Amino acid sequence: MTEKPKLAVWKFASCDGCQLSLLDCEDELLAVADRITIANFMEASSNVIDGPYDLSLVEGSITTPHDRERIRDVRRQSKFLITIGACATAGGIQALRNFTDTRELLSVVYASPEYISTLNTSTPISEHVKIDFELRGCPINKTQLLEVINAFLNKRKPNVSPHSVCIECKKRGTACIMVAHGTACMGPVTQAGCGAICPSYNRGCYGCYGPMEAPNTSSLVKWMRNLGVPEDELLRMFKTYNVGAESFRCAVERVEGEDK
Amino acid sequence: MTKPNNAFVIQREDLHILFDVLIERGYTPVGPTVREAVIVYDELSGLEDLPEGWAEEQDAGTYSLKRRGDNALFGFNNGPHSWKNYLFPSRVKLWEGDKTEDGGFTVKSAVDTQKKFAFIGVRACDLHAIQVQDKVFLDGEYRDPIYSKRREEALVIAVNCGQAAKTCFCTSMNTGPRVSDGYDLALTEILDNDQHYFLAEPGSTSGFSLLAEIPHSEASQEAIAAARGCTKQAQEQMGRKIDISDVKEMLYRNYDNDRWDELEKRCLSCGNCTMACPTCFCSKVEDVTDLTGNHAERWREWESCFTMDFSYIHGGSVRPTTRSRYRQWLVHKLAAWLDQFGTSGCVGCGRCITWCPVGIDLTEEVRLLRNSEN
Ligand code: SF4
Ligand code: SF4
Ligand code: SF4
Repeated sequence: MTEKPKLAVWKFASCDGCQLSLLDCEDELLAVADRITIANFMEASSNVIDGPYDLSLVEGSITTPHDRERIRDVRRQSKFLITIGACATAGGIQALRNFTDTRELLSVVYASPEYISTLNTSTPISEHVKIDFELRGCPINKTQLLEVINAFLNKRKPNVSPHSVCIECKKRGTACIMVAHGTACMGPVTQAGCGAICPSYNRGCYGCYGPMEAPNTSSLVKWMRNLGVPEDELLRMFKTYNVGAESFRCAVERVEGEDK
Repeated sequence: MTKPNNAFVIQREDLHILFDVLIERGYTPVGPTVREAVIVYDELSGLEDLPEGWAEEQDAGTYSLKRRGDNALFGFNNGPHSWKNYLFPSRVKLWEGDKTEDGGFTVKSAVDTQKKFAFIGVRACDLHAIQVQDKVFLDGEYRDPIYSKRREEALVIAVNCGQAAKTCFCTSMNTGPRVSDGYDLALTEILDNDQHYFLAEPGSTSGFSLLAEIPHSEASQEAIAAARGCTKQAQEQMGRKIDISDVKEMLYRNYDNDRWDELEKRCLSCGNCTMACPTCFCSKVEDVTDLTGNHAERWREWESCFTMDFSYIHGGSVRPTTRSRYRQWLVHKLAAWLDQFGTSGCVGCGRCITWCPVGIDLTEEVRLLRNSEN
């Protein structure tokens, strides 16, 4: 009988929501624990088993010099490293700082900014170490998380598609709200994974899963302008959890440039 | 004008009996109904679920409902759904398997829906689309068991269009606006002053036996002429057209046209057109395991030639650009389909035009490609 693989869950700059998806698995958590030793998961237990680990799930982005070192250490201890959530895969909402001067913000926010040691940017884990798989979403979808763990355990490729949200939207039979109601929607440039929840409630997609495999943001922006979406609203659509992803960042820069 | 052998009249107030009979015979009626200000297809509990008095305004990338000003039950054209949603479901389990104690495994076919569908309001273009998918799923050596069971059991209550949308071009594709064959019962809705009735033409023994249970009378010459008038009106309202005379050769000749670069700029590669198209038939299969690794399932899901995974082979996707993916879609639909299945892959329903989030119009693209040759 081979030993059960050891799992570690790590947190960087993030809100904990993605780690919570693992605890949220409730029914399946026992089955997970049956196949895996949950060796290091501070959110669930302070009982820590030392590394190395077979599988590391990493949540959060890199925003401090300390974390920049820590992620290297995590990588060294991990056979497989999977990043989870928009922070870890794109820099998160905190990547909005990439558009400003962080030192200026520090002096506004903190009484004694000299005690704060931080980087000027918020960057995804993949900019610092090699990663084995990225699971997108803000937060991640627990079914997809289980699928990834499952694929790892059964030594197969995870069934996670990089195509648009639109395909999920059509598969569930939602009539496109952009076509039918003129509602601005990020679905065509956003990666699937959520099951196209928002359009089914008559809300445009917020872009939680980041850019899809071939995002054509300029064509979508052009169309949304024709729909009458105001410029500040357009910017807000791209400036969310995945603003640090290259194609969304470029869209922001383009819209801002064209605006001037 | 020759009188068809079997044309009858059903009065509007008797049409609800059609639903009663269908339900009594074990069918699940599926047809148009208004949901979130869109005419979608869904299971219907009766005639009252139909979009009475509604019509839609559609054009490239836009759709909106409007009041007709009368009480027509079928006074609209196509919506986002097609019968493919029922015959070729977007996601379906194919089989499941379990490991056995002795180290082997067992495989069990999944049980598909037990429902028998009665499709209410099948338009001529969509009936052709079903026949196109029949060629794909039923002809040749391999029959698709899921499609074939659903298809064999389904009843087709067709409706001849009395109006056409701005996105319609069935006349160009020779698929409408009147149904020609393949229906059980064809209805033409006639609103004439204070009269409201349906010309009913059975096309199968099931159609005749349905009709037998609904009060009806022999159609008068006037009723038949009125129905022909509806078809003429739809022909005249046809919002788009496409010249298909040599479209296959034209598209094959233009593999390297600059127009594809323009599409690279506009197309989102989102896949909406293929999902909405009633003839697109591509799917992928996915194997899933449970956490124990003792149970596995194989699922089939709609897939689109606009995704990278679709043409992924060892080393990468063979259609890495949007330009190449759009070209694949258009050329397959209008040209290669003819070589492959002996019929066009397009029936002129206009769905891909309306439901493209950025309003890309294939009739326009064909025209531009053709013009670029001069
Ligand atoms: S509602 Fe949004 S996600 Fe759905 S098909 Fe339309 S654009 Fe795509
Ligand atoms: S290609 Fe477009 S117009 Fe032709 S059948 Fe498909 S959806 Fe309808
Ligand atoms: S043609 Fe339109 S619907 Fe089709 S993939 Fe391109 S943008 Fe999407």
